[in-house]
Amino acid sequence: MTSTIDDSDKEKALSVSVDLNNDTSLLIDIPDALCERDKVKFTVHTKTTLSSFQKPDFSVPRQHEDFIWLHDALVETEDYAGLIIPPAPPKPDFESPREKMHKLGEGEATMTKEEYTKMKQELEAEYLAVFKKTVQVHEVFLQRLSSHPILSKDRNFQIFLEYDQDLSVRRKNAKETFGSFFKNMVKSADEVIISGIKEVDDFFEQEKTFLLDYSSKIKDSTARAEKMTRSHKNVADDYIHISSTLNSLSVDDNTALKKCKYKSVFLEGRVASDQELKLTELLRYYMRDIQAAKDLLYRRARTLADYENSNKALDKARLKSKAVAAAEEQQQQCLQRFNKLSESGKRELTSFKGRRVVAFRKNLIEMAELEIKHAKVGQTGDSLLIDILLSQLKVYLWMYFKAYL
Amino acid sequence: MAASSRRNPPPLPGAENQDPLSEMADEDSDEGEDIFVGNSNPVAEAFQPDTANGEEPADLFSEAETSTAANSYITNSKSNGVHSDNENDLFAEVSVELSMENPSTTAKSSGAEFTPSLTLSATQPESMEQLEEEKDEDSFDMEVAVTNPEKIGDGMNAYMAYKVSTRTTLPMFRNRTFSVWRRFSDFLGLYEKLSVKHSLNGCIIPPPPEKSVVGMTKVKVGKDDSSSADFVERRRAALERYLQRVVCHPSLLQDPDVREFLERDELPRAVGTHTLSGAGFLKMINRASDAVSKMTIKISDSDAWFDNKLQEVESEELQLRKLHAVVDSLVNHRKELCGNTAVFAKSMAMLGNSEDNTALSRALSQLAEVEDKMETLHQEQAASDFFILAELLADYIRLLGAVRGCFEQRMKTWQRWQEAQSTLQKKREVEAKLLWANKPDKLQQAKEEITEWEGKVTQYERDFDRISVTVRKEFLRFEKEKSNDFKSQIVKYLESLLQSQQRHVKFWEAFLPEAKAIA
Repeated sequence: MTSTIDDSDKEKALSVSVDLNNDTSLLIDIPDALCERDKVKFTVHTKTTLSSFQKPDFSVPRQHEDFIWLHDALVETEDYAGLIIPPAPPKPDFESPREKMHKLGEGEATMTKEEYTKMKQELEAEYLAVFKKTVQVHEVFLQRLSSHPILSKDRNFQIFLEYDQDLSVRRKNAKETFGSFFKNMVKSADEVIISGIKEVDDFFEQEKTFLLDYSSKIKDSTARAEKMTRSHKNVADDYIHISSTLNSLSVDDNTALKKCKYKSVFLEGRVASDQELKLTELLRYYMRDIQAAKDLLYRRARTLADYENSNKALDKARLKSKAVAAAEEQQQQCLQRFNKLSESGKRELTSFKGRRVVAFRKNLIEMAELEIKHAKVGQTGDSLLIDILLSQLKVYLWMYFKAYL
Repeated sequence: MAASSRRNPPPLPGAENQDPLSEMADEDSDEGEDIFVGNSNPVAEAFQPDTANGEEPADLFSEAETSTAANSYITNSKSNGVHSDNENDLFAEVSVELSMENPSTTAKSSGAEFTPSLTLSATQPESMEQLEEEKDEDSFDMEVAVTNPEKIGDGMNAYMAYKVSTRTTLPMFRNRTFSVWRRFSDFLGLYEKLSVKHSLNGCIIPPPPEKSVVGMTKVKVGKDDSSSADFVERRRAALERYLQRVVCHPSLLQDPDVREFLERDELPRAVGTHTLSGAGFLKMINRASDAVSKMTIKISDSDAWFDNKLQEVESEELQLRKLHAVVDSLVNHRKELCGNTAVFAKSMAMLGNSEDNTALSRALSQLAEVEDKMETLHQEQAASDFFILAELLADYIRLLGAVRGCFEQRMKTWQRWQEAQSTLQKKREVEAKLLWANKPDKLQQAKEEITEWEGKVTQYERDFDRISVTVRKEFLRFEKEKSNDFKSQIVKYLESLLQSQQRHVKFWEAFLPEAKAIA
């Protein structure tokens, strides 16, 4: 199924990050995306005034795996150790709507045509929402790279944007995947050791405590928010069933009643999906971002450990009066690396904080406004329907009077 | 009004010729259906002269579909050439009049109008006045309430006593307001007595709420938690609805047992209502044998009305059961949503605590509070979902069962008549054989038997006719009551939805400035 995203949708969808396309020298967006079975093909469109690119305006097709390749390439680059690398976009997950679609297909025989159509519509809307979300997340990843002063100049990034052939040749093969898995394990072991290291700098000490605490809390909140929105969706689905069953009741149904139920459904469904988009997405995104910030801290902590090790090695060498010069040089290098990381790390973390606050603000405001809007719509709808029903009730009673005259 | 002048006056109960009744009933039921099937413009439909212009209804429907606002129905009926402006104004008057009336009153007083004293008047205003007069006369006869559940006794012999209060203007009661204490088995006993007396006549007897061994045991044991409180509240509300239905029924109200139930201070303990008693077992056996015989009887009824209605009832019961299941799942999901929201609120609060930006931290804590309030909202909504919708559906599923029982009674009566007829036939054959064989003494006996059976046949036939009339009447009354009930409950539900949405808006509006204040 092909889906295209138009500008207004994108505007709404661009909810998590703010003001990413400030610098007009490099503008990236994903105007188009195709969904084929499991794979999503994104059309990455670049508009640039920079001379480093061959053309000023061009588009390339990319797959999700290409994004992952780019992210990993950046993470592995030694020079960027002091930077917060934007988190990789998560894999497009159509599992949930697909499963529901499957169940719907199986249960088609047991429900009325109307109910089936409605459920199908709801499912298609859900599918579309997942789709929009995944496009947005991929787009934001690229835009954060393009707005970063250092990362935007990365060679791999350029290749990603420009190379008009398939990138799969550059992507990880099986051995490399295994290697990275192993690396992740080592990293987790490292994290345990490193969080025990005594920090020399107050700023980083504070940041470490804060980030560790915050990341666990935000993980918790994200999980709970997801559960809540799922329950909300269940309630909305129930309303669909109710309204379609009411339809098939021949004696006391009337259009007002049907409308009432439809409206409730719509409202509940819409509230659920808006909450989903705003709050849960926000939390999810920042959960990943915080992880990226933590990664920076760990990298820095590792260089600190290296530095300390090199100090120890130097002392040992001095003691043994063997290969002192080499040890000294090693120590200098470690110190340099450490200082570089600390400096850029401080910069990054401060700007990260600011970004986070702004993003939360924007999202919370939008969420509150949407809730109010929907509730008000529901209000007017409901009060109108109550009026209709009440007047119908009166009319109806009167009719029965007349019948017996 | 064109439509009413063509209508026949309601027949006297027990009228011999059923044709005008069936015709009127058909018109009536058609109207009922027309009003309800997908038409938000019932007024215009009502003024419709029924069978004559077949084309008109379709047009009206299409017109009606486009109108959504409540006020436009008057203008719609104006556009239809059949009606005059006069009628619209009249309607407007009446709707104002009715707005002061309680739906249950009007249902009851319309029942009272089954009297031959009503005369058909040619001009509308007069008939309207007469109508209003009669309404005022018997407006508010009877009000019952079941309140104050109290636990009496202790341990396994404990029971809940409910206060039954009545307020009435009817002369047959000794006082105007009075109350007595009753327990659940008393209500069941009342039902048993009424069943025994009236079900043979074809009355639809409202069934009481079901027994629940689990629920009651919890209460008896003294578990003082919300589930047993819920159970008691459910039962109290169900008993109240049960009594209200009983007193709304014009013939049941006349029954001395009902009066005794409402008035008498001490009621003899109803035996035979205990599940494990001998009477209980007997009932189960009877019910089983009934079920078997039900499957074998099939009336070759000349009157298709009954067949149609029975089918309608059966399909409706199916739909209601389905709906009930969905509403149940809605209640459960909402309770789940409640729980999840509460947990989420807590985690939000913790996140707010660990946030170092003060404004954002405050905003997040505020968000946590809002979500907490949302949880309360959801909980209340769940309660209203349950008490308003689910119980309504459960009640009507039981009632439809009673209606079916009513139809079955009629079938049994018919069967009895048919059997008597066949017995009579056999006796006649015996007589013929005896005549031919020329045995005078046995012949005399045979003749006597024939006369006896002829009498029985006539009586059973009369019974059958009578029960058919009653069933028809009862069914129509039931339909009316049902529609009113459903409508008023749905209105209640919508109002609760509306309220919750208003509070929803208030909460989020309070949160918005906090979110904006983040810097």
